[in-house]
Amino acid sequence: MSWPLGRYMKWAMDPVSDDREGRSRAGRLFERVAGRLGREQLDWKRYVIAVLGFNAVMFVVCFAILALQQRLPLNPDGLGAIEGSLIFNTVASFTSNTNLQHYSGEATMSYLSQLAALMWLQFVSAATGIAALTALARGLAGRAKMGNFFIDVQRATFFVLLPLALSVGTLFALGGVPMTLEGAAHVTTLEGAEQIIARGPVAAFVAIKQVGTNGGGFFGPNCTHPFENPTFWTNAIAMVAILLIPMASVWMFGRIIRRPRHAAIVFVVMLGFLFVKIAGAVWFEQSPTQAFANLPIEQSSGNLEGKELRLGATTGPLWAVLTTSTSNGSVGAMHDSLSPMTGLFPMVGMWLNATFGGVGVGMINMFIYIILAVFIAGMMVGRTPEYLNRRVEAREVKLAVLAMLAHAFFTLGGTAIFAATPWGTEALNNMGAHGFSEMLYEFSSAAANNGSGFEGLGDNTPPWNIATGVVMLLARFIPIILPLAIAGSLAAKKPTAQSTGTLGVEDGTFALILTGVIVIIGALTFFPAAALGPIVEHLQFMV
Amino acid sequence: MNTKHEAKSVLSTKQPSADAAMPPHARPGDGDAVRNSPRRRPLFDRAILKSAIRASFVKLHPRHQLRNPVMFIVEVGSVLTTLLFLQAALGRGEASAAFTGAIAAWLWFTVLFANFAEAMAEGRGKAQAEALRRTKKETLARRIRQPVPPTESERVSASEMVPSTLLQRDEVVLVNAGEIIPADGDVIEGVASVDESAVTGESAPVVRESGGDRSAVTGGTRVISDYLLIRVSSNPGEGFLDRMISMVEGAKRQKTPNEIALDILLAALTIVFLLVCVTILPFSIYSAKAVGQGSPVSITVLVALLVCLIPTTIGGLLSAIGIAGMDRMIQANVIAMSGRAVEAAGDVDTLLLDKTGTITLGNRQATEFIPADGVRVEELADAAQLASLADETPEGRSIVVLAKQKHGLRGRHVEKMHAQFVPFTAQSRMSGVDLNGTQIRKGAADAVQRFVESRQGRLSAAVRTCVDDIANQGGTPLVVASATNGKARVLGVVHLKDIVKGGIRERFAQLRRMGIKTIMITGDNPLTAASIAAEAGVDDYLAEATPEAKLNLIRENQAGGRLVAMCGDGTNDAPALAQADVAVAMNTGTQAAKEAGNMVDLDSNPTKLIEVVEIGKQLLMTRGALTTFSLANDVSKYFAIIPAAFVATYPALNKLNIMKLATPQSAILSAVIFNALIIIALIPLALRGVRYKAAKAPALLRRNILIYGVGGLIAPFIGIKLIDLTLVVFGLA
Repeated sequence: MSWPLGRYMKWAMDPVSDDREGRSRAGRLFERVAGRLGREQLDWKRYVIAVLGFNAVMFVVCFAILALQQRLPLNPDGLGAIEGSLIFNTVASFTSNTNLQHYSGEATMSYLSQLAALMWLQFVSAATGIAALTALARGLAGRAKMGNFFIDVQRATFFVLLPLALSVGTLFALGGVPMTLEGAAHVTTLEGAEQIIARGPVAAFVAIKQVGTNGGGFFGPNCTHPFENPTFWTNAIAMVAILLIPMASVWMFGRIIRRPRHAAIVFVVMLGFLFVKIAGAVWFEQSPTQAFANLPIEQSSGNLEGKELRLGATTGPLWAVLTTSTSNGSVGAMHDSLSPMTGLFPMVGMWLNATFGGVGVGMINMFIYIILAVFIAGMMVGRTPEYLNRRVEAREVKLAVLAMLAHAFFTLGGTAIFAATPWGTEALNNMGAHGFSEMLYEFSSAAANNGSGFEGLGDNTPPWNIATGVVMLLARFIPIILPLAIAGSLAAKKPTAQSTGTLGVEDGTFALILTGVIVIIGALTFFPAAALGPIVEHLQFMV
Repeated sequence: MNTKHEAKSVLSTKQPSADAAMPPHARPGDGDAVRNSPRRRPLFDRAILKSAIRASFVKLHPRHQLRNPVMFIVEVGSVLTTLLFLQAALGRGEASAAFTGAIAAWLWFTVLFANFAEAMAEGRGKAQAEALRRTKKETLARRIRQPVPPTESERVSASEMVPSTLLQRDEVVLVNAGEIIPADGDVIEGVASVDESAVTGESAPVVRESGGDRSAVTGGTRVISDYLLIRVSSNPGEGFLDRMISMVEGAKRQKTPNEIALDILLAALTIVFLLVCVTILPFSIYSAKAVGQGSPVSITVLVALLVCLIPTTIGGLLSAIGIAGMDRMIQANVIAMSGRAVEAAGDVDTLLLDKTGTITLGNRQATEFIPADGVRVEELADAAQLASLADETPEGRSIVVLAKQKHGLRGRHVEKMHAQFVPFTAQSRMSGVDLNGTQIRKGAADAVQRFVESRQGRLSAAVRTCVDDIANQGGTPLVVASATNGKARVLGVVHLKDIVKGGIRERFAQLRRMGIKTIMITGDNPLTAASIAAEAGVDDYLAEATPEAKLNLIRENQAGGRLVAMCGDGTNDAPALAQADVAVAMNTGTQAAKEAGNMVDLDSNPTKLIEVVEIGKQLLMTRGALTTFSLANDVSKYFAIIPAAFVATYPALNKLNIMKLATPQSAILSAVIFNALIIIALIPLALRGVRYKAAKAPALLRRNILIYGVGGLIAPFIGIKLIDLTLVVFGLA
């Protein structure tokens, strides 16, 4: 399904310039309204400025909506004001397509906040990712002008995200997800007690949450809540929706740079990592829990703690891997309750953040690994390394390693500070290795713009809110700016000729090297941390 | 084969050749470009070894280490662990003094080994430079005041003796036979044979004369015969030898673009691993507190882990690889003007090669006798051989040889037969022999036609067609005629053609596999060029080449994103040399050509271009291979050190100790020792370069990944285990 979608996305995002049909009426209207801003082709620097400017405005507007929600309409349940650091964290989280939620949607946010601020951000943050990837690919295709950010965001929203979200949303609504603007339902239970059941425009919210790899749920328990994910079928649709655009992004990338075979190789590498993670997670989740080995407990159906039984034990780890591999961050099971080693695989997904990764940005992160792989492998064929016929030299390597460094710094640095101070240790529900995993997971999730929570962490405190908020914003925009800078620098170079002596990026050998680079540079950086968290926890059970 | 050709070539340069198409520089080399230079020295020379060990300690100075961020971190780690050792020795340390001391010692060794690698590479360069410097003795030069007087007696009075180091650019010196040329320059008057063996290692003297393409002379070489008037072309300290010496010494070595990029990658990896190790400390403090057993990881262990993880192998050998690349160029008798040029050589995708001397032997040779109607082929061969017996040109000799090979005709002595040799003159344009009243002549068709028509003979239409055919195929037709008693007849035609060097076809096929396009440059007409191009197997050719056409060809290729290499020697090659990305100037060439190029081939062997490309590729491959090896090594080191570091807090982690290393201390120490020893073990590889085989990129990549990637993954597991076992045997575990 991703392949035709990738084809469509190439048409939607990067129409041939004189293609009249590519400019819809909406597009022309948009151009008239936006004026000069909506027409001009930008080089990489101005494109980056547009990205930052646009997101800054969104940040401020949504901050204002959340801060004033008690005085604004569409608040049938009369929810009150929100604490400052939580607003910062939430808006940062949604702007950065992370959707880390330190609140419970139904108890904190009014419908206006949910729809106008958060759902709007779910659209535009995903569109920003797609736009950035499109610009990157244009640069790599050798175009000095990377396109217009506003047109790109507009096209990504109207041609890609909206149709998909509408169809997925409709399917969800048919599958039993509520879609209403009425307040919470008050019902009298069989026992005569009154119960308040939260509801709202859930289907729309959940659809874009999955399609745009956002992951911010309407309810606190996210997709474990029966109103977000009532049946096996909604569960299946959601999992497909999570993966769809990240996969299609790779194909779109390949089409814009006119190297579909290269995209296929990248796709295969990503898919390989995904399979390993799924297989690993499911395997460890199905294995009998060592802690119960001597207890009279039936374990044939695997570890069921923290799972929605209507969906089965396998879907938990499967969902966990999918959602972390794609920077989605919606949860279908309680990650805190996964077996220790199962918990490792979602973390690996976030550490790599490129197998498939978020909408658009997953491929952008992969691009960093590709540059490093090309640089190392290129030398081994005895030439100055080249990527897509352009030389990879000091400047490109410098920018690529900066991006790599930033990711490691946010994850490890953040965890280190919180592990060493009461900020972190006092928020823990579990001590020992598991508590360490909880902190590590939180920062991995923020740095990877994932947004899922290991939970079991009392994370709605000002230090956590501010720290993860800052990490999310930086970890969002640094990995967009640096690759665009690389593409800009590559595009400015004279293309070199291709021959049998140049490094091919379209064969199995390259896939192998790329895998090696991802494992050694991407994953092993986190090995010591992993050893002190999930791995040791697993081994302890085995003693 | 080799020496015979050299001797012949000296001969052929002295006498004017009959072949007008032959460029003046053509000093025919031989088919096999790889030859053993007399300069090749053993890998571990005792003298170099001694000075390298001394230099390893001198290089410990932080200012030197700062140039290399990876090794600088190791040195800081060494200092830190040494201080910790002193603290432990005083009884207040966090770990046992013996363990900390051992780690500190091996960290120092790591730095020293890296220094040693660099010093070895530099030492080899220095030895080369020393050999060069010996030739650059300070001599007295006979400087002549300008303007130079026309007569010899006036010159003597206008001259003064000055030390060669005082000679300035554009001054004129007189060098007589037996004297050493005091500085680089251009000959402005005179013809002399010059012994350039001091610079080139080639014992046969070469001719230097004013004007044309053989006017450049190098300081330090000796005039053997006659005299030369030379205009000095460089100021003191800027001459060719000076540049060579400073290049090989590596003192002024600039980092090349690829080296800078790699440096950045290595520095960034170092920072990442620094981050990893620094964050382990709070992680470990937290864990120890949370679990309530064991103590946090010690600083010594963290430093050990850091040094093992950062890419010390490639970091320590990087500069040695660069210097060694330059050194390999010098061993091939090519002086690169910069490291950048060596690196660019690996990227070349188009080679421009001169036909004569590179693709074909310098001279045309007889390949076939084609008799005229009614003449037996033996008769023609016999006559042609007789006419050529006294002809000492290569073409003449080739006719004698062909007649002998094809028709069993032995060479005879002209004197014994009372024959009279008629040499080639510009007027007659024929040569031949007068024998017992019979005149035998061979020469160009129209000259022979005049000869026979003046003696009642004629050139038949069949012979005329044959002549035209040969010319169209790119060969040179020689018509043979004989005249007895005033009556002449045409005997037939000898086909002379360019002989493509043996093995050159395979060489070009190899280049094609490497993705390099070959273009033949020739002054011949397109037909001739096409036939030779097809025979030699070049990809393309440029016929009737003019300097402008060459320049345009280079520009066209560069516009298509290709990197172009060429070699040349003439002044008219200079613009093309300046335009080409890798330009090898022949040492026999003019000063202008040498200045326009970025390399000089001391052997003046145009086939060397291929070798230059290979050395460039090898340099980059060595860097890539060692980087891969270094990174792949990290996997095993994680498995050695992580369990050992935390086993006190979490005994369960000992399950990760898959190598079953004896104790935590021995595990960490083994990893550090392996890390240090691998640098020493790889020094020969860094100096020699990884083995290069001409192959397509995917094949090369697969091979290198297998050896250095997979090998780098597995080797340290074995190495660390072996070291651990040794430590146990000696009771050090």
